[in-house]
This record gives sequence, structure tokens and C-alpha cells, in this order.
Amino acid sequence: METTAQPAPNASPGEALIGQLGNIVDDDAELTKVHPNYKTALRVHAALTAIPIVVGAMVLEGSLRGQSPLPFGVIIGTVVFLAVLLIVRLPSRRYLARGYQISSDRLRVVRGILWRSDTVVPFGRVQHIDVDQGPLERFFDIATLTLHTAGNHNASVKLPGLGHALATDMREQIRAHIKRESM
Amino acid sequence: MSVTAPAPRSVSVPVTATAPKAQPQRTAPLSVAIGLLSSAQNAIVPIALVAFSNSGRGYGILAALGIGAAIIVIGSFFSYLRWRRLTYTIGAQDIRVESGVLSRAARSVPYERIQDVSLEQKLLPRLFGLVAVKFETGAGGGDDLSLAYLTEDAGEELRQLIRERRDAQVAEASEARGETPGTVEEPAAETLFAMGPERLFTFGLFEFSLAVFAVLAGLAQYADGFIEIGDAIDLAGSWFSDRGEEVAALGATLQILSALAGLFVVFIVGSATGMIRVFTREWNFLLERTARGFRRRRGLFTRTDVVMPIHRVQGVMIGTRALRYRFGWHNLRFVSLAQDAGSSSHVVAPFARMEEIRPIIAAAGFDLPREDADWHRASKRYRTDSAIVDSSIFILTAIATGTVALLIAPEWLLFAVLIPLVLAAIAAGANMLAWRFQRHALDPSQVIVTKGVLSPRSQIATRLKLHSAEIVQGPVARLRGYATVHLGLAGGELAIPGVPLERAREVRREVLETIAATDFSDLETA
Repeated sequence: METTAQPAPNASPGEALIGQLGNIVDDDAELTKVHPNYKTALRVHAALTAIPIVVGAMVLEGSLRGQSPLPFGVIIGTVVFLAVLLIVRLPSRRYLARGYQISSDRLRVVRGILWRSDTVVPFGRVQHIDVDQGPLERFFDIATLTLHTAGNHNASVKLPGLGHALATDMREQIRAHIKRESM
Repeated sequence: MSVTAPAPRSVSVPVTATAPKAQPQRTAPLSVAIGLLSSAQNAIVPIALVAFSNSGRGYGILAALGIGAAIIVIGSFFSYLRWRRLTYTIGAQDIRVESGVLSRAARSVPYERIQDVSLEQKLLPRLFGLVAVKFETGAGGGDDLSLAYLTEDAGEELRQLIRERRDAQVAEASEARGETPGTVEEPAAETLFAMGPERLFTFGLFEFSLAVFAVLAGLAQYADGFIEIGDAIDLAGSWFSDRGEEVAALGATLQILSALAGLFVVFIVGSATGMIRVFTREWNFLLERTARGFRRRRGLFTRTDVVMPIHRVQGVMIGTRALRYRFGWHNLRFVSLAQDAGSSSHVVAPFARMEEIRPIIAAAGFDLPREDADWHRASKRYRTDSAIVDSSIFILTAIATGTVALLIAPEWLLFAVLIPLVLAAIAAGANMLAWRFQRHALDPSQVIVTKGVLSPRSQIATRLKLHSAEIVQGPVARLRGYATVHLGLAGGELAIPGVPLERAREVRREVLETIAATDFSDLETA
């Protein structure tokens, strides 16, 4: 039996990281926020999704001009209002709702605006780890950390919006706890 | 890491077995005979079709036989080719199978990824003394390796050999990690649970099944063209219509009697079907504890032989059905890492008393929940909310049907409103009752979740073998201060719904304490 409770003796950047964040995951403690760029990335993503819809609404409004019982601008107005909600309000709500805590032996991920979910994954049960970056995430230098477990529920726990360097540090830190990468 | 380690171990393998294993081998030549027989089976339908479609002329039978012979010859030829081209090699690190007549496929499975080896005998191979050897790797989508067919002896030998190879590797790995190798010699198999004909009979009484009627209906449709069942029915019909006056005279009494007779027939046929199914599936049911884990053998025509290693058992589920529960019968299944979760293959005691289940789950390292355990129920607010949600569907229905009735047929108003309202009351009452029977407990080593009013079900999981813990709250749950705890169980789901938030956090904290103390790789050897 090797000791799993003690952290690895060689101090990695992640070691310092965990030193900062404290050694226990506490239900009432303050959550660590993800990188602010995450909010911006969400906004850009929402904007990219919304542009075709707004353009579509403009075309519809234009073609229906004079024939529609609705006064001019109602369709565009509604769509633009929804788009602004989607681009401005929702990302900041999602950013505020998301947080994490990392300790020497587990990671806690909290997410969701209406449906809150609060997941803890012990490093000892992690099968393998992914650090993913989409094109948008690469532009903003953030990454998604995904922990895979053997359980049917929470088979993969995602933590998006970490700074890329932090995500890789966390991966190294967690990997130090995994004796065998896969079962 | 040491290269010399496996050498002394291979001595323990029977000497006759070691010599030829390094080079590619073929499966049993008799497999070709099975291929021949199954192509003969395939030929039956075309023969019948040709024979019947040409029945007017004299060449019909001849043509049918010719086509049948061609199918059999071609089928056998291909089955021979397949047999020629399929080889397996038992190497030092892996087992390799190469196959394919036109395209070639080579698959290699490392021993340490082989979770288990099972032997399966269908009816035909069984007559020839052959077995199909299946290697379970835990890969998803039924993509496991299978060798069909080997002789029974060769199959058993292969299974033994692979286990020894695998254990040698595991032992090597654990030696490299500075652990003591596991003991190789084990006591003989110990019978945990067996079912004789008497028990099967009792079991069959509870397994009422109407599946046979679907089969009969299908057959009748299929056979209609050949034997003219329709004519027979017409004949019977005309017999009755000839005696129409007599039947009418007998009137209502006869109708009731015939309905009763019909019900009786359904009952008899349903019971007989259930009985036959139980006897064919569970014949000579035997669950043993062997050195390798739990070994289950059962089946009359298709005899299966499955081994479940103890360390792969993640949890147990004790279930029952409403009627058999009144007589004290339960079933027990294991939740296992294997991908085939949900199938019946992990049933280790299909029909047993609680006192018979106790030693089985004790052998797997579990305890039956005790009445004096620290039981907790869901939040009362959760009970109220779910009762409201469930009955509100019926209340909305009542409003809708009431409005419709008012507009179309006001005399039915009372009826249209009352029925949904009664249903709403029932739904609310059912929720209240279900809440009383839904509870969970944590003991030092396991998590127990039970539910069910008419047929109580229990789920027991080892705290150590859980993989994550999640607390989920919807908008209502947040407002009312309760939450659902999801625990990550390999091969199954384990959730505790509607517990007060404080309790949810306590459950998660306690479970995580246990999990974090041991690494995953130590679970296998634990």
C-alpha cells in the first residue's frame, strides 16, 4: 500500500495552486470563479449564433412589409431583444453560476442557473483526463478540463472556462494521483 | 518488469498444453459440421417455398431438393473456408485471432484487459460437445472477442490457461509495486445457491406469461396459406349458425360460461408458458463461489456458465414482484462493471428467500439492511411537492374535460370532472404512501436505498466503489430546500431523491471521505 493521502513530493506549479486554494472542499466556502474570458467567449458564441437569426428576422420583416397585420419593427424588435438577452445577460448569469473548488484529493464543480448541480469527483476515481480547446477557446486562451470516471452517472465531468495554463496544471496535479491511467 | 518472473509460473500449466500454444491454432474441425447443419436449417424455408409454389407440376419437389442441396453445399463450403481461415494464437502478452475469407481481420486482446472468459453452449454445439469461448473485455457495444467452436476440453483448458496468464501478469504487476502476490491455491467451489425442480415449480407458478399468444397468433397467420385455418374456422362458424336458434335460446348463460372458459384457457396456457420458460431458463441453477468469483450455471437447452469476479461486483439489487412478495420471495442481482447492465445476466438468485440471499451477498461483501439502521426519508416538502405535481396533471385534465362537457354535453359534467378528480386524489395518495416506503441509510461501508410499496426494492452499494457524488436542485427544490443526490455507480444508477439539503451534503461528505481514502487501482485487488 502506498500512501495516497500525501501529495507528491516534487512540487509542481499545481502544488502551489492547491496551496493557495486550501486543502479541503467545503460546501459553504467561496467557490473559485473561472477565467473572465469564459464570459466573453460565451458572448461571442451567443453572438455568432444570434446573427443569422437576426438577419433572418430582418429579411422576414422586409418581405412582409405592408402585408403583415403587425406594425413595422415588431418582429425585429422581439428578436433583437431576445438576442441581447442571450448575448449580454445569459453569459454573465452563467459565469456567476459556475465555480469550482480543488483540493489535494478532489475537485468540486458547480454549475447551472435554474437547475443547480454540484458535483464532487475524487481524484482516486478518475480514469482519464482531457484538456480540450475549441477554436474560440484557443482565441481566448481558455480550455475545458474533463474528468472521466467509471460511474454511469457523471461518466465525464466537464469544467469549462479555465485558463489554459491552469487547466494543464490541474491535469498534471490530478494525474499525479492516478496510479494507472486506465483500468 | 522482470522478464524471468513468468517462467516458473508457466510450469504450473499442464505440460501437454504448453507446447503447441505459441503457434496459430484452428478451432475444432467439428465446427464445420455445425456450419453444415445450420446451412441445412437455412435451406428448409426455400425448399418449402419452392415445393409449395410449384406443387401443380411434377418438377416441384425435384427443383426444391436441388436448390436445397445447392444451399447446403455452398453454406458448408463457406463454413469450411471460414474454419480454415480462422486461427488464434495464445501469445505471451495477448491472445490474437485472425479471421476472414476475403478481407482479413486481426484482433489482439491483452490478457490484462480480459475481465473474464465465459463458455456458452447452444443446443447444436452441445450435441457435438463443442463450446463457444467468449472473452469479456469490458469494451462497449458487444464488441467482445469470441471463438466458436472449441471442444469442451479445449475450451476449459483455454479458460484456465488465460486465467493463469492473466494472474501471472497481475501478480507481476503487484510485485513490481511492492505488494504481496495473491494466493494461487484456493479451496474447492462452495455452493451458494441452487434451485431444484421443486423450487422451479414454485417459481413457475409466479411467472405467468402470455407471450405464447403472440407467437400462436403469428404462427396462425403464417400457416394460414398452407393449412387453411380459415376454412376450419368457417366450418365451425357454419356449424354454429346452423344451430343458431339453439345458441340463442341458451343466451346469456352460455355467453358467460364461454367467457369463463376462455379466461380459464388463458390462465392455463399463461401458467404453462411461464412454467416452461422457467424450467428451460433456470434448469439446474447453480451458483457457486469459486477461486475466481461467483460462477453461475443454468439452462436446459442452452446451458450458460458465467463467472463474475468478486471485485467486479459494484453493488447488489434485491427486487421482487407484488404477488410473490406476499409469499416472501425475492430476486437478487449484482451490479457489475460489465457493459451489459440491464440484461438479466447478472441475476444470481432469481427466486429466493431473504435468508438465502443473506449468505450470497455476504460472500460478495455486503450486508442486508437492518431495521435499526440509521434510516432517513425524503423531505416532507418533497412529498408535498411531488404529490401536487402528480395530481395537478389530473386536475388540469378535470378542468379541460369539464369545459368541454359544459360546452357539448352539460349532463355529463359531473362525470367528466369527477373521474379526473378521483384520479388526482389517488395520485396524491400514492405519492404520500410511496414516500413512507422510500428511504435510505448510510452504514460504515455501504449505501442502502429502498423504495416501493407493493414490491419493495433495495439497492446496496459499497461506499468504496462509488466514483463521484453530485447534488442536483431544480428551481422548486432550491426554493423548498431539498435536493437529489446522484452517486456515480459503475454499471448502474444510484440516486437518493428529495432529501433535505443538509442531509444531502452530509451523505456526500461521508461518501467522499470513504472514496478518497483509497485509489481506484487498489479496488481491483481489495
